[in-house]
Amino acid sequence: MTAGVATHNGRALALKDVPFLEPSQFRGWLVNGVRDKGRRIASYFGVAGGPESGPAADGIGLVAVLADDANGRLSVARASCDGASFASLFPEIAQAHLFEREIAEQYGVTFEGHPWLKPVRYHHSYRPGHDAWGRPSDAAIPPGVMDFFRVEGDEVHEVAVGPVHAGVIEPGHFRFQCHGEQVFHLEIALGYQHRGVERALVGGPTKRTLPYMETVAGDTTIGHALAYSHAVEALAGTQVSARAHAIRGIALELERLANHVGDLGALAGDVAYLPTAAYCGRLRGDFLNMTAEICGSRFGRGLLRPGGVGFDLLPAQVEDLRSRVAVARREVTEAVELLWDTPSVRERFDHTGTVTPEDAESVGLVGPAARACGIQRDVRHDFPAGIYRFVHLPVMTAHHGDVNSRAYVRWLEVQQSISFILDQLDGVPAGGPGAAAGALKPDSLVVSLTEGWRGEICHVAMTDAAGRFSRYKITDPSFHNWIGLALALRDGQISDFPLCNKSFNLSYCGHDL
Amino acid sequence: MLKALLARAHQGHRTMAYPAGEPPAMPERFRGAPTLDPAKCPDGCRSCADVCPTDAINKDGPLALDLGRCLFCMECVTACPDGAIAFTNDYRLATRRREDLLARGQELALADALERNLRRLFGRSLKLRVVSAGDCNACSADVNVLGTIGWDLGRFGINYVASPRHADGLLITGPVTENMRLALRKTYDAVPSPKIVIAVGACAISGGPFADHPEQHGGASSVVPVDLFIPGCPPHPLTILDGLLRLLGRVEEQRRVPRG
Ligand code: SF4
Repeated sequence: MTAGVATHNGRALALKDVPFLEPSQFRGWLVNGVRDKGRRIASYFGVAGGPESGPAADGIGLVAVLADDANGRLSVARASCDGASFASLFPEIAQAHLFEREIAEQYGVTFEGHPWLKPVRYHHSYRPGHDAWGRPSDAAIPPGVMDFFRVEGDEVHEVAVGPVHAGVIEPGHFRFQCHGEQVFHLEIALGYQHRGVERALVGGPTKRTLPYMETVAGDTTIGHALAYSHAVEALAGTQVSARAHAIRGIALELERLANHVGDLGALAGDVAYLPTAAYCGRLRGDFLNMTAEICGSRFGRGLLRPGGVGFDLLPAQVEDLRSRVAVARREVTEAVELLWDTPSVRERFDHTGTVTPEDAESVGLVGPAARACGIQRDVRHDFPAGIYRFVHLPVMTAHHGDVNSRAYVRWLEVQQSISFILDQLDGVPAGGPGAAAGALKPDSLVVSLTEGWRGEICHVAMTDAAGRFSRYKITDPSFHNWIGLALALRDGQISDFPLCNKSFNLSYCGHDL
Repeated sequence: MLKALLARAHQGHRTMAYPAGEPPAMPERFRGAPTLDPAKCPDGCRSCADVCPTDAINKDGPLALDLGRCLFCMECVTACPDGAIAFTNDYRLATRRREDLLARGQELALADALERNLRRLFGRSLKLRVVSAGDCNACSADVNVLGTIGWDLGRFGINYVASPRHADGLLITGPVTENMRLALRKTYDAVPSPKIVIAVGACAISGGPFADHPEQHGGASSVVPVDLFIPGCPPHPLTILDGLLRLLGRVEEQRRVPRG
């Protein structure tokens, strides 16, 4: 066996069909897939000992998922690791970088040859007594304390920002190596938001699993709840009604609209263009209120559940939503188009925070950040599930990889999401909102992908012999994209940081879990 | 320029009339203050407590629901065979004391205004430093939204400021992760006295869904004294605004609302 097993988004596999490759073959499969075949790592994680970890019972198992965007195929393979060390892939494939750091931190494994093997979230390992950095298990692990990359030299200086920032935003620490205004390097240290979500998911599903999913990243409640629902439905063999699929699609696009519109306003605010900032700030709320009209919560809490949706759409609500969306379309168009017509905005957006397509491919960016570099990558198009199997959405791209391109891709997607919602409202299929999902298949694995507003959300669920989660791995799009923000700042000006940061608007808690 | 002016004319004046006028209408399915009717509970029934994701319901004695833990998910309502729990769309939920969040079917003691001397200091100008300490960004987002033109928090003299040194108090969201505990403590210490603390959301009040995780500390009061509790997951912006205005003594009518 030299390759992974082929699978699709949201299809349950028996664990025994997921091959264990020899470590050298496992690495070969990944390096060859990423470097030569244009695939990328959607997920790569450890699992604790026991039968799952393969031959070495006191070791750990490694599981990787390769995504082939062009062909809509996924492949999954495993390797077993002695629990002490494993050869790093990072020298050959850059996108393995953070995954390996995460495995090192969670399972106390060192990756030989990894030049940046540092903590990710600053917590103790899941395997007491095993620590990649040899720290005693009772030692405090202060966040943000690590060996930051430093540039030395005359007039080179370091700027440290956070964890508590000036605005109403989540905590993170940013270290800039600067020469005057010019940024040589930015290193981002996160983990302040770490709440122990993945650890708590083991043994589920429980009555708390859905609330966990809804709060992985609160601004992506629908995105993560959808990935979770698809995973459970695949493992339980549940059929979801066409009506529930349609309502879920409407909810996912409303979430995208609220965030894209809000961010376009915030970008305008960051370059001191107040009209768009003021209008979009309000319009974002209008989209949140539409979600609240469906389910009572502006963030879609309780709207999705495995098996279907928790709230049905009444005919009067369909009418009401249709007219609200139509009004919002007019107002958003007017507010956002001011951006492209205003020279002072264009002057600040154009050529600021550029990420090259080569870098974007190499680090494995996802979502609007990737599409702004001209990369065709969108789960709704490449790995369609739910409603997106029936409605085909072209991938929206732009080509300069700068703040303007990231903003423009968002604007294209705003228009696309509005049309999608109006189309769905024109013909919500008959049927019920769905039933509860049943028990999960034992000893299985499923990969569930969803295109959240920030990009690809990847959940991988594995069950044990009793049909409980033995591992539930969550990869928020922010996990792939934080490095993109660091690259965007290279050789830029430090004063452009807020603007670049907002153009990505990544999740801290989605990364920290 | 012309387009910008035209847009200005179309977009119009959007700040809500509340609190002088009516509050904005809540969505029909909005879940606000619950009404409890313990008399309806059959002997020994624990259906609601068993399904509650955050163990907000105590059924060891007469039915009691802790709004400080509640996620407003409605699981208990669905599970209850006798309709003992219902959620109204009353958005007023903020209290001054943690124990006042325990609903038993009584009137909920909504937040009193600050003591006279503090009110004299902060009543017309309250500057808050917002600290996210492990929140999922939903509470942050709806705290932030109060600054947009529809809500225009600035008209009450309330502003979010960039530095704790400029602040009269903290507004805290999130369960207080271990990794944010020190930063929160330092931020609190940096605020000049007298100062106030506002805890927004189930996480900041009780730890929310993460309540028993060793990675967090079960809310803001684990680190700092809290003067105002605003429940919800996340609370609606109007619930937050109502809490802030009550604290400043700007909303006093219907201070005690009959419940259940
Ligand atoms: S609505 Fe509140 S009390 Fe009822 S089950 Fe949900 S969290 Fe528990």
